[in-house]
Amino acid sequence: MTRQALWNDTRARAIIDSHLQLEGAMLPILHALQEEFGYVDERADALIADSLNLSHAEVRGTISFYHDFHREPAAKHVIQLCRAEACQSVGCEQLVSHLHSAHGVEVDGQTHDGLVQVKTVYCLGNCALGPSALVDGEILGRVDAQTLDALIEQRDHTTSLRDAVEEQRS
Amino acid sequence: MTQSIRVYVPCDSAALSVGANRIAKAIAAEANVRGLDVSLVRNGSRGMLWLEPLVEVETSSGRIAYGPVTAKDVAQLFEADFLNGGAHKLRLGTVESIPQFARQTRLTFARIGTTDPLSLDDYIRHDGFKGLDRALALTGADIVEAVAASGLRGRGGAGFPTGIKWRTVLGAQSDQKYVVCNADEGDSGTFADRMVMEGDPYMLIEGMTIAGLAVGATKGYVYIRSEYPDAFRTFSRAIELAHEAGYLGASIKGSGRTFELEARLGAGAYICGEETSLLESLEGKRGVVRAKPPIPALVGLFGKPTIVNNVLSLAAIPFILAEGADAYAKHGIDRSRGTLPVQLAGNIKQGGLYELRFGMSLREIIQDFGGGTRSGRPIRAVQIGGPLGAYFPPSLLDTPLDYEALAARKGLLGHGGIVVFDDTVDMAKQARFAFEFCSKESCGKCTPCRIGATRGVEVVDRIIQGQDRAKNRAVLDDLCEVMTDGSLCAMGGLTPVPVISALTHFPEDFERPVLRQAAE
Ligand SMILES: Cc1cc2nc3c(=O)[nH]c(=O)nc-3n(C[C@H](O)[C@H](O)[C@H](O)COP(=O)(O)O)c2cc1C
Ligand code: SF4
Ligand code: FES
Repeated sequence: MTRQALWNDTRARAIIDSHLQLEGAMLPILHALQEEFGYVDERADALIADSLNLSHAEVRGTISFYHDFHREPAAKHVIQLCRAEACQSVGCEQLVSHLHSAHGVEVDGQTHDGLVQVKTVYCLGNCALGPSALVDGEILGRVDAQTLDALIEQRDHTTSLRDAVEEQRS
Repeated sequence: MTQSIRVYVPCDSAALSVGANRIAKAIAAEANVRGLDVSLVRNGSRGMLWLEPLVEVETSSGRIAYGPVTAKDVAQLFEADFLNGGAHKLRLGTVESIPQFARQTRLTFARIGTTDPLSLDDYIRHDGFKGLDRALALTGADIVEAVAASGLRGRGGAGFPTGIKWRTVLGAQSDQKYVVCNADEGDSGTFADRMVMEGDPYMLIEGMTIAGLAVGATKGYVYIRSEYPDAFRTFSRAIELAHEAGYLGASIKGSGRTFELEARLGAGAYICGEETSLLESLEGKRGVVRAKPPIPALVGLFGKPTIVNNVLSLAAIPFILAEGADAYAKHGIDRSRGTLPVQLAGNIKQGGLYELRFGMSLREIIQDFGGGTRSGRPIRAVQIGGPLGAYFPPSLLDTPLDYEALAARKGLLGHGGIVVFDDTVDMAKQARFAFEFCSKESCGKCTPCRIGATRGVEVVDRIIQGQDRAKNRAVLDDLCEVMTDGSLCAMGGLTPVPVISALTHFPEDFERPVLRQAAE
């Protein structure tokens, strides 16, 4: 489950400060902020710029360069579906169509209910057991339409979505 | 007195992806119910991923393997007395007797799957830190010459001789030097770096420390892609444990020599696998590729002389130092020395990681090791070397796997990934994807790549839709030429490789009659 503490300037500043001893602290700071709040709020830009002695533009430019950092709170559950070649060879694109036709879920689109979001990722290093996905950060192999159905149906699940699905699988 | 029986259940994320944690729990629970004394070890993976979760039991006649185990097999396995190697339909005999294992030459992966990755005792008991001991007794120049003599070439894709790179860094004068490990492993079809970090992290730590001693660098970074959360966790923990035990830090093993190591997380950008983009990213900037020269060996991280090497290159170092350059160089053919961790992936029955001598043919690997496609359909195409690698048709499968042989067929070895497709693949779509991937992942610095990739998607779309095919084909050829010749780095420069190979070997897929869309 994705953490979603509400944005808080004081907490953000403390997180930033705790990384200042690092060389090239920018990415560690951004990851830590996203870990805490589920996204990088625009209010972070000025705080980071001040702490690292950079312009706002440099901070924004860095955040926008990387696919990982997002500016809006994430859904409660995030499924990162691999769509690189090895997973293509075992039908990941059919899964993308299935999500659309059976569940109205658009990969990389907006979440409807705030509960689940499916994003494209290119390779999870599980290419011999694809199609693969990271479900709230946990790796799942040999994903098929039934797995996705179960994930979507269990999206209200409060603890580990992946465990809930594995339970159903075996 | 009964002795506790050791049972191994891998913690490699490929094994986790098919339920290894559940199996571990089920075994512990079942042993508990039966009052049996079982000690569970979470080992790395042996690499035969189609057998995961692969459970091993230590018996008087060796480690007996069972796999692939599902949760409902666990009670049955106990009934079959698997704790004493009992007969069961999943019983595979010793791991060493499995043909795909027996035919390998496991140097880098020798320990992986046999040990608990985070146990320093295990590591030391299995020859760990022998290379470091040797290195601590040598001069930097001697270490560098040993690496040069081994013939090791970079495993990240470009195949540059590692010894030469180190020699340059050694010769550079600076108050600070760095060792950077490229663990961005972005190529589809590859997972060897991940398996090293999850399965034998101290080997990489040892290799990087030796690199530091060789060139006089006191600080190292490992840049791990964020798509590998398990690897990042395991590796970060290994750094802490190595530090506590004095294998890293201000005085490595009391030698007075310093080496500090830090793991850093990438942020989902394929281009950050390119070494200069990676350095920018480590510095906290956008991952925009730097123009070379200057080369990173002279002007690298924060402007200092820097070794940038792939995980597998650095992981080969402890063996080379411990066993000698010749022990490494005696494997392989021609200018491809040592071994190659091949990663067999995609639509394949028996996929996994096989560490092989250079020179085995693609066909042997795909048929003998892989057992053909998972779907059971005929093989139609094989992509070697990641998203920038060529697609080969079945007629080229007798090509031996080495740098030069692949280059001679307009292919590349890259990081050693092989992705198999069956006859349902549409090669025009694969060509389109190559451009699409490039357009999404380009750093945007140069026009041929930034604009060319987007144009590529459009042109392939027109060809697929049957618009002015001859004319668009000519545009496509021009575009490939411009990208090949005019791009600053291999992202734009090699994107035409998969495209041209698809056009060359699978022209029929670009000439298909256009399916008439149902009239609105
Ligand atoms: C687009 C692109 C992506 C790359 N990705 C990786 C990668 O993920 N891992 C890697 O080790 N090298 C990658 N490389 C190669 C690196 O630039 C560099 O050659 C390598 O890290 C050097 O280490 P080696 O000599 O040990 O191979 C990539 C290169 C390009 C152009
Ligand atoms: S070829 Fe592409 S990725 Fe490489 S420098 Fe140019 S724009 Fe960046
Ligand atoms: S291509 Fe999907 S996990 Fe590697």
